[in-house]
Amino acid sequence: MLTAMVSLAAISSGLGLVLGIAAKKLHVEGDARVEEVMAMLPAANCGQCGFPGCAGAAQAIVAGEASPSCCPPGGKVVAQTIADHLGIKLDDGGEAPRPMVATIQEAICIGCTKCFRTCPSDAIIGSTKQLHTVMDEACTGCNQCTEKCPTGAICMIEVPETLGTWVMPKPAMVS
Amino acid sequence: MSQVHASPHALSSRTTSQIMGLVLLALTPATLAGFWQFGWSAFLFWAVCVLSCVFFEALCLNWAGKRVMPVLWDGSAVLTGWLLAMSMPPWAPWWVGFLGAACAIVLGKQVFGGLGCNLFNPAMVGRTLLLVSFPVQMTQWVSPLSATLPHDFSHALTQIFLNNGVPDAMTSASLLGHVKTELSRGAPLIDGLKLFVPWQSFVGARAGSLGETSALLILAGGLFLVAKRIIGLRIPIGFMLGLGLPALIAHGLAPDAFIPLSAHLLSGGAMLGAFFIATDYVTSPSAPAGQWAFALGCGLLTWLIRTWGGYPEGVGFAVLIMNALTPLLDMWRPRIFGRSLTGKSLPARRVESVR
Amino acid sequence: MSAIVIPPIRKLLQRWGVHPDSHKFPACGLAIEEAGLPPLLTVPLSQHVGAAARPVVAVGDQVLRGQLIADAVGNISAPLHAPTSGVVVAIAEASMPHPSGLPDLAIHIRPDGRDEWAPLHAEHYPINLDGAEIARRVAAAGIVGMGGATFPSAVKLALGAKNKITTLILNGSECEPYLSCDDRLMQEHADGIVEGARLILKATGATRVLVGIEDNKPEAITAMKIAAKAYPEVFIAKVPSRYPMGADRQLIQTLTGIEAPADGRAADVGVVVHNVGTAYAVHRALRFGEPLTERVITVAGGAVREPRNLRARIGTPMSYLFERCGGLASSPARVVVGGPMMGIGVPNFEAPVVKGASGALALTAAEVGEREPSACIRCSSCVSACPVGLMPLEMASLINANELGKADDIGLGDCLTCGACGFVCPSRIPLVQYFYHAKGELSAMSRDKKRLDNIKALTDAKTERIEREKREKAEAHARRKAERAAAAAAEKPSKSEAAS
Repeated sequence: MLTAMVSLAAISSGLGLVLGIAAKKLHVEGDARVEEVMAMLPAANCGQCGFPGCAGAAQAIVAGEASPSCCPPGGKVVAQTIADHLGIKLDDGGEAPRPMVATIQEAICIGCTKCFRTCPSDAIIGSTKQLHTVMDEACTGCNQCTEKCPTGAICMIEVPETLGTWVMPKPAMVS
Repeated sequence: MSQVHASPHALSSRTTSQIMGLVLLALTPATLAGFWQFGWSAFLFWAVCVLSCVFFEALCLNWAGKRVMPVLWDGSAVLTGWLLAMSMPPWAPWWVGFLGAACAIVLGKQVFGGLGCNLFNPAMVGRTLLLVSFPVQMTQWVSPLSATLPHDFSHALTQIFLNNGVPDAMTSASLLGHVKTELSRGAPLIDGLKLFVPWQSFVGARAGSLGETSALLILAGGLFLVAKRIIGLRIPIGFMLGLGLPALIAHGLAPDAFIPLSAHLLSGGAMLGAFFIATDYVTSPSAPAGQWAFALGCGLLTWLIRTWGGYPEGVGFAVLIMNALTPLLDMWRPRIFGRSLTGKSLPARRVESVR
Repeated sequence: MSAIVIPPIRKLLQRWGVHPDSHKFPACGLAIEEAGLPPLLTVPLSQHVGAAARPVVAVGDQVLRGQLIADAVGNISAPLHAPTSGVVVAIAEASMPHPSGLPDLAIHIRPDGRDEWAPLHAEHYPINLDGAEIARRVAAAGIVGMGGATFPSAVKLALGAKNKITTLILNGSECEPYLSCDDRLMQEHADGIVEGARLILKATGATRVLVGIEDNKPEAITAMKIAAKAYPEVFIAKVPSRYPMGADRQLIQTLTGIEAPADGRAADVGVVVHNVGTAYAVHRALRFGEPLTERVITVAGGAVREPRNLRARIGTPMSYLFERCGGLASSPARVVVGGPMMGIGVPNFEAPVVKGASGALALTAAEVGEREPSACIRCSSCVSACPVGLMPLEMASLINANELGKADDIGLGDCLTCGACGFVCPSRIPLVQYFYHAKGELSAMSRDKKRLDNIKALTDAKTERIEREKREKAEAHARRKAERAAAAAAEKPSKSEAAS
């Protein structure tokens, strides 16, 4: 009886000591996952998610306050990558909104260069006093240029669906 | 026509309810022979099982808020009830069948989510729960063609709905049960096997459940399903090999201690198990390798339980145990065309090399 | 010798596939007829695998039949030719043979009724041309895989240069129900097909042709045997009727016993597969100089009054084809371009005939067998039907749970979308739709990933540039400040010295 109690006490205090040391030694400042999620986001700091920059969104996602699918420019790819990384299951939340891109109405553009200095991904090309154009391939639809444009020449349009981008819808659930 | 139509734009004519219908058709000859042997009581007990299963299925679907009629029409509840009736003593009291149906449909099937989602064979869940709960009622077998007592429809009603068990004068032991009892008493096997007359077992003139008396008609029904391509040959053959090979070897080595091959295959639920129970789509593996392993396992476990287990018959337990392994066996996928078993692309063998 | 026999053991060992009702009659018993000219032809710019063709005509241009109207772009592409003489009235969006119903660009030509050919360069003995020249002319004629794959044929002809090709397989299996266009073509133009095959043989450098024809087409087999009699390198082989016998790997295995590697191509085992229709088009292009402007198409289905095979111009709307076949007896449940197993269900009758369209079907509800799906009973019919050895039921349930990656791990990428699994499913589960959906999603995701990576690189570059500029500015500022300070310090001591 005594032996059993002593040995149990010894084992538990030993293990407790190990755990205590491990907690001190291996202590991590902040959550490493925030950095990892941050690296997966497009890093345009566009603010479409409603958080201040990609860092804010990463923090919210890791804390579970935001869904991995909160990033419109990232779309399904980013959502899936983050969900896989964090081991979260994505909710099948119906139709995702169509991606948007900026487009410049040439008639009103005055060539002020404000938009392309703002664009985080260098998607707008042009130079002073000249027409600017948007490269759809590089545009995240972050909307920052629209706010900067003094003449309101920039608006966001949906990327049209084509035969090349159309995906067969998933069959309806079996009742 | 605005909706998206994915290929194929043609379908084979067979539907789920047609498949179930053909299985029921295949069971019919053996069932009718059973009715002829055991009289109206057997018919009434069968009807109780089938109707109770349909009743519980409808009840569960209703509770789950699903549409009842289209699902009920798939015929799976009828089949479960039918198989349940075929695996039980034909003169058991009505409440045994009713409880069995409740266990089979509610615990065996609907709690998992209904057709296609259950892990265990519903009829075997029902039967096994009854067997361990009501061992007396579940082992009272009646002699076939019991002309010893008058037995018309009104007697049958009394028997099923009022009597609690078979009158002593009419009871009889099933072969496997008798052998087990004799062996446990230390009597030589040959005494136990006195009851065993192979031709009787084959055509069904002996005590037992509806589904075990006539091995011939069960086999015929099973072969009909094979011919109709409802079931494959892998599971029946695997089952019989798994049961037959150890039986053959053991009997060959020690004829006094082990039941011979013919008695194993022709008695108990072996034929019903091989062609109708183990082949249940939902609870058996989908790919060939898994099906072989599953069937051999069912057969081998049946032999082990019959030989050393506490119960004389082991088909139900064996199938349930292997059912539990089905998800595991399903991971044994077929080889993909152009790939090795490990999934690597095959090396390119040049065509001219085989000219 | 002009026949080879498939060893019976090979037939026994092949357990895959399904046996759908053939529905080939009555169309397969009637001679091919001219479809005639519809009032308007819409020729889609993208009728082939690869980059869409670029128009080289303008609206209002007068064109002649066979005249180049759109040129190939890049290595994998095919040019387009005017299907008849007439006026280009528009280059605009039109209905496409695509399940989405989305429009795409097409050249609209109003026929002038004269059907006048552009000057053609005929060649009496095209077999004397060298391989590279044959490939060049096939490319110029805009020929693509006519069985439905629509891969530019010339690219496959040039394969011989890289991989040593020893065997050409001509696919005359036509395993899809209803379709009989290849059957009729073999019966009526066996000589042309054999010559086309010999030309392809020469271009690829292969030494023999195996023509695989399903045993439900005895007339076609006889006709092809007669046509091939004079050529010892052409072998006619009767293959079992089983769907999908016409899938290239399955046909290669049936004919040669060789299983092509899953991650490789047929060329890796020394084989190239062409459709009989492609061989015939090659013959027309080389012998008569005719570019691909028409094809034989089976117009059939329960809703069509007089099913038959028509020789239709590329760009002919399906509605016109149905009119030519006595019109529709009832409103069809589905309109399909191609065969019922792999064909494209289209939302209207306006989709034009394209180079790869082998059938125009108007199917009744009874033929389609459409019914609400019920629960999977795990009957494993789909597993035994799959010609590739996949577990369709498992893949579909993973896709249903949005586990696309896992579905891919267990073989989604090897799926042919042949439809055998969906065909046999007693629960009517739209298995193939799950696979199309998952394949589409996965490729959309990889496309998006590429785009995002690109954007991310741009963003990082810009952030870095801005920071560098800021740093440089700050450094310059600091330098100037330091210089000024130094200058001031240099002045100060002198001042202080002076003061002291």
